[in-house]
This record gives sequence, structure tokens and C-alpha cells, in this order.
Amino acid sequence: MASRSAPLTSELFSNIAYEAGFVTDIQSEQLPAGLNESIIQQISEKKAEPSWMLEWRLKAYRHWLTLKPPTWAHLKIDPIDLNEIVYFSRPKSMKDAPKSLDEVDPELLATYDKLGVPLHERARLAGVAVDAVFDSVSVATTFKETLSEAGVIFCSMSEAIECHPELVREYLGSVVPVGDNYFAALNSAVFSDGSFVYIPKDTICPMELSTYFRINAANTGQFERTLIIAEAGSRVSYLEGCTAPMRDENQLHAAVVELVALESASIKYSTVQNWYPGDEEGRGGIYNFVTKRGLCKGDRSKISWTQVETGSAITWKYPSVVLRGEDTVGEFYSVALTRQKQQADTGTKMIHIGRGSRSTIISKGISAGQGQNTYRGCVKVAPTAAGARNFTQCDSLLIGPHCGAHTFPRMDVMHPNAQIEHEASTTRIDEEKLRYCRARGLDEAQAVSMIVNGFCKPIFQVLPMEFAVEARQLMEVSLEGCVG
Amino acid sequence: MLTLHNVSVNIDDTPILNEFNLEVPQGEVHAIMGPNGSGKSTLSRVLMGDECYQVTQGAIMYQGEDLMALSPEARAHQGLFLGFQYPVAIPGVNNMTFLKTALNAKRKALGQSECDAMSFMQLAESAAQTIGMDLAFLKRDFNTDFSGGEKKRNEILQMLVLEPKLVILDEIDSGLDIDALQAVALGINALRDAGRSFILITHYPRLLELVQPDRVHVMMSGQIVMSGDYTLANTLEEKGYGWLASNTVES
Ligand SMILES: Nc1ncnc2c1ncn2[C@@H]1O[C@H](COP(=O)(O)OP(=O)(O)O)[C@@H](O)[C@H]1O
Ligand SMILES: [Mg+2]
Repeated sequence: MASRSAPLTSELFSNIAYEAGFVTDIQSEQLPAGLNESIIQQISEKKAEPSWMLEWRLKAYRHWLTLKPPTWAHLKIDPIDLNEIVYFSRPKSMKDAPKSLDEVDPELLATYDKLGVPLHERARLAGVAVDAVFDSVSVATTFKETLSEAGVIFCSMSEAIECHPELVREYLGSVVPVGDNYFAALNSAVFSDGSFVYIPKDTICPMELSTYFRINAANTGQFERTLIIAEAGSRVSYLEGCTAPMRDENQLHAAVVELVALESASIKYSTVQNWYPGDEEGRGGIYNFVTKRGLCKGDRSKISWTQVETGSAITWKYPSVVLRGEDTVGEFYSVALTRQKQQADTGTKMIHIGRGSRSTIISKGISAGQGQNTYRGCVKVAPTAAGARNFTQCDSLLIGPHCGAHTFPRMDVMHPNAQIEHEASTTRIDEEKLRYCRARGLDEAQAVSMIVNGFCKPIFQVLPMEFAVEARQLMEVSLEGCVG
Repeated sequence: MLTLHNVSVNIDDTPILNEFNLEVPQGEVHAIMGPNGSGKSTLSRVLMGDECYQVTQGAIMYQGEDLMALSPEARAHQGLFLGFQYPVAIPGVNNMTFLKTALNAKRKALGQSECDAMSFMQLAESAAQTIGMDLAFLKRDFNTDFSGGEKKRNEILQMLVLEPKLVILDEIDSGLDIDALQAVALGINALRDAGRSFILITHYPRLLELVQPDRVHVMMSGQIVMSGDYTLANTLEEKGYGWLASNTVES
């Protein structure tokens, strides 16, 4: 006879197929592992960079030497030997930069096909321009012509350094200074590629822009750098996706993303993060240590971060907004799922400087298996920010008895008439809801996925449409195997 | 349709049902009444497959098969429907989406093709019209911020769309105003036919007047202590369960 219902247990969340876990067999050209000034010089040389760029890198490196990894996060991190990491790896075929997609190695194109991000003309995602970054280099950017007709620049960071040095010099490091934190400084020293976006004045970017990051080579770190500049009155929506093969070793991904919104400009930045999370025992997986920050520089500008984080062994990231202009708007919408032995310490900072600046934070953490999920947020209101407002809501959902959810909201309010609202909740997935769904014919996996999808709805509904579908499916796949 | 033979049920080793017997033939509507705590909801949860309840002895046969061998979802696929005494809410999940997922889970399990969005819409709307439910409820989050009566109406809506073979409604009429009660009765009567059976758990004769069950059973302390036709409900209303305690003869 059936015994008393066991609560959902951790073994319910066993290892789940990670569909993006394949390796592309391709010859790559790598620098030796290790981190020193000579390596940095070689990276810069390989990329044929101007001398100001090398100097910038070296300055960052020297500053980084004085820094220590942060220890304040609620994370257990096995020490990383930065001297065992390869800081530059590119497919051999990319050495003489292909001039067009026809020249790109078919093996590389096939990789992106398999990941559902076709790059070739015929199968491209409608309405989405993609910059594909493979290990340390950008392999292709689609729809460049369409975009350039609108005056939009969308290219790899390497190309931007070569072709738009004045923009890069003005804005690179202007939002995340080279010495901002340990990982940002490291990135500034060794970053290899990434995406660059420039939207001219009063221009609405005619299509979604997207970067797809792929780590392929073993023992390689990925240190990309993204810079988006939205001139006055312009608007852009940008999305990044990421995957990596399944490997037993941890791989480091330390990116920096900087956004600058000038007067009345609007930037919407969405992430669907599906880096390899490691296996059931916590072996392998990506360390995702990322610094993302936007500056609402002009009055009435708006920056919105939306993230769906399901991958990575460890996630450490706090997409933030500095609300410098008057009546600026910052938003942070987040779903973070941790299962197996995944850990996430994620959240945001909203720094209110301008009068009348407003921010909204909605964070949904889901923990299953032995996953640990931390929301860490900070709302700062400077004495200049009269009439500033913030609304924060962070909800945690626990599935099973062995996972954890933690919330560290911080508020620093230095203006007396600021309005700050904070709501938080932590709930276990309700057994009665599962029983109800099952009584209606849904199996346990369907029931869990339905309840979790409902929990995430406020976030999914602000994602661009195609990616909302992807996020929902990703969540479903990640929750598979929850059947007892 | 359904036979319970000498079924005993424990919760945490406390006996709740004691050698319980019940037979509901195909096409019949049976009502179960009885004081609070007599085990009516326990019976419905056991039939649904809630694993919190331990069946310690006896047999439950549904359409000639051992019901206890089926998972809760398999029971639903085979046509069992429980209208919950306290239906849950699922925030963020659209009412239509929930119902469509349920319907297609059943169709899939039975090897039928999935119901597409268009035909499902028609199905759901005509069901809503049958019970006078505002179509706006279809678009809202599942039971979220519904009143008690609206949740009960939504149970009936699901029943109509899922077209079960054996319906168990646990206090579907508690806390309903007269209009809602009429709507629930309409739903039940619309579905009533020779191939379908109902168990209505209720405290009030009003619903039974509208539905006219074939049999009324009275449950006390985990057993059926009296059975009769639907006039038994009125007798009970007049005389109370106290009358029964001194009169526990099966009629
Ligand atoms: N989950 C439970 N845990 C402990 N006792 C329960 C539980 N559910 C029901 N009971 C007890 O079982 C008895 C029968 O309850 P129930 O079946 O809900 O009665 P009814 O629906 O007839 O009012 C009551 O004494 C009740 O307190
Ligand atoms: Mg009851």
C-alpha cells in the first residue's frame, strides 16, 4: 500500500541531460596557460591592437595584482589557479579573419546550427542579428548591412577597437572602471573579444541584437567584454545566450558588460544563461563571475536588465544601474534556478543619484536538489536624489528539503523623501498544489514545471517573445527528473 | 462503476475509515452526508490517490480494475474526477492553460490526439456558458484571487471540459450563494448520463433537491450507517444527526 507521501527529495533532481554539452572538434590556436605581462602582450599582439589598448590592459593587470578575490558572497568556491588557464584560444581557421560568412569554417557554423542559432543567410533567426563568440573570438556577426543602413554599429569588440577607436576609448571602462573589482580587473587585462553596439541619436534599432557565447576549448577561460552605447533618443533591445561543453574541470567565465544610455535613450538587456552547470556530484561546470553595469547618464534614460539564470556551477553577478540623470529608470528582473550542487549569489544594485529616479527589482529564486540560491541587492539613494523611488520584490521557491534560499537586501537611503518598498517571501513548493495537479492528470514533472513557470511569469513576460519561449523550455528541461 | 469493500484507512496510524463499504453503479448519482470529521473527505482523497492516507485493508475496484494500483494522474486519465473541497490557486498560470494541459495530458495518456487551441477554446467557452461563468475567468490566473464560490464554479468548469466517468464532488455546495448553487447543479445535470456516476458529498438538501440523487448515504465515524433515497436528506435536516446515532439501522 502507498505510504505517507514523501516530500520531494533531492534525488528527484538527478542529473539532467545538458543538450548543449557537446564538444566541437576543431583545431585551435592557443597561447600557453598562465597569466603575466608577456601573455597580455601576446593577446594584444594576436589581435593587432593599437598601443593604447595594450597600455590599458597592462594598467588593469597591475591594479589587479593588488586585489584579492571577493569573499563576501554566500558561495563555496574551490580556489582557481589562474596560472592554469589559457587566456586566448581561437579556431585556427579564424586566424586570417574571414571576410564573410562564406569563409567561416563550416564546422563552426554547424556548431551554432546545433545550438539553435543558425548564422548562415538562409536559416537566420528572423528579426535578430547575432554576434557569435567562440572561445576567445567573434566568428561572425549577422545582418551587419541591414543594421549599418540604420547607422547602427554591431560588431565584435576587436573590430570596434580597430574601426571605432574614438568610441571605444571614450566609453570602455567608463561604467565599470578597470579596477572595479577582482574579476573586472582581470577581464580588463585579458579580455579577448565580445560585442560592441552603437545606436546613433534618435534611432530605434531595427532588430533585436544578440550575442551567443560558446566556450569550447578545455582549460580555457572566456573573458568577453560588451559595450553598448545608446545615444540620445535611441532605443535597443539586446540578448545574450551562453553554453559550454560538459567537462569535469571548472572553467572560468569572467565577463564585463557596460551600458551607457544618454538622454531619453532606452536599453533593454536580456540574458538567458545556460552555461554547463556541472554534474550531480558538483564536478565541473562554469564559474560565471560577471560584472554588468549600466549608466543612465542622460535625463529620462532607462536601462532594464532581465536575466534567466539556469546554468553555471557558480554564478556571481549583480547587473546594476547607476541612475545619474534626472527621472531615469532602472529595472532588474531575474529568475535564477539552482539545482544539483549549483550555487548562485546574484542580485542587483540600484544607485540613485538623479532626482526623481525610479527603480524596480523583481527577483525569483528557485532552489532544488542541493542548490543554494542567494539574492543580494543594494538600493542606494544619494542626497541628490530627491523623489527617488524603489520597489523591490524577492521571492524564493524551495523544492525539496536539501536546498537553500538566502536574501540579503541592503538599503542606503540618504534622502529623506525617497520612497522605498520591499517585499519578500520564501515558500516551499506546495504539496497540495502538486496533488491537485496530479488529480487533474498532470504528472509530477508537469505539475512542478507548471507551478514554477507561474512563479516566474512576471519575469518571462518582460523577455522578448522568442526568448520567453526559450526560457520556458529551458526551465522545463532543467526541472525534468523531478519525478519520484 | 465503483466498489469499496471493507476498506480501512489510517492517517498517521489513526484509523479514519473502518471497513467501509460502498457500491456506486454506472449511471447513478449517490450523495454522502454526515457530520464533520466523519471521514467524507478522507474517502474522496483515498479515491483520488492521496498518499498521505494509508489504506490498511480492503479493495477498491473502479471499472473492474484495482484502483489502488493506479497513480493519481492515471486515475484522472481513466476518468476519475475529484472536485476539491478547497481548490488550490496557481499564480501566474492562466486558467485556460491549466485546463488545456490537463485535457491534453488525459488525451495523450489515452492515445488520442491533442486538442488544438481553437477547438479547446470552443470547448471551454461552451462549458463556461453552461454554468453561466463569465468568460473573463478563463483568462485569469488559475483560481488566483477567486472567491470561494468562483473556485467551486471553476471546479465544475473543469469537470465539464474533462468529461470524467466518475465524479466525486466534496462539499461543492458549501459557501455558495443561490445563483452559484444553481450553476453547479446545472453543470452536474448537464453531464449526468447513463454512462457516468457521481458521488456528491454535501451537508445540505438544497443541492440534492436540484440534482435528485439515486441514493443518499449517511456516514458516521468512518462508516456508512444509513442509506436511502433523496428524501433521507430532508429527514436528516429535520431531525439532525443525533437522531441517527440512536437509530443506526440500515434501511
Ligand atoms: N491530514 C490529516 N492529518 C490528521 N488527521 C486528519 C487529516 N485529515 C483528516 N484528519 C482527521 O480525520 C477525520 C476525518 O476527517 P475528514 O475526512 O476531513 O472528515 P469530513 O470530510 O467528513 O469532515 C477527522 O477527525 C480529521 O481531523
Ligand atoms: Mg470534508
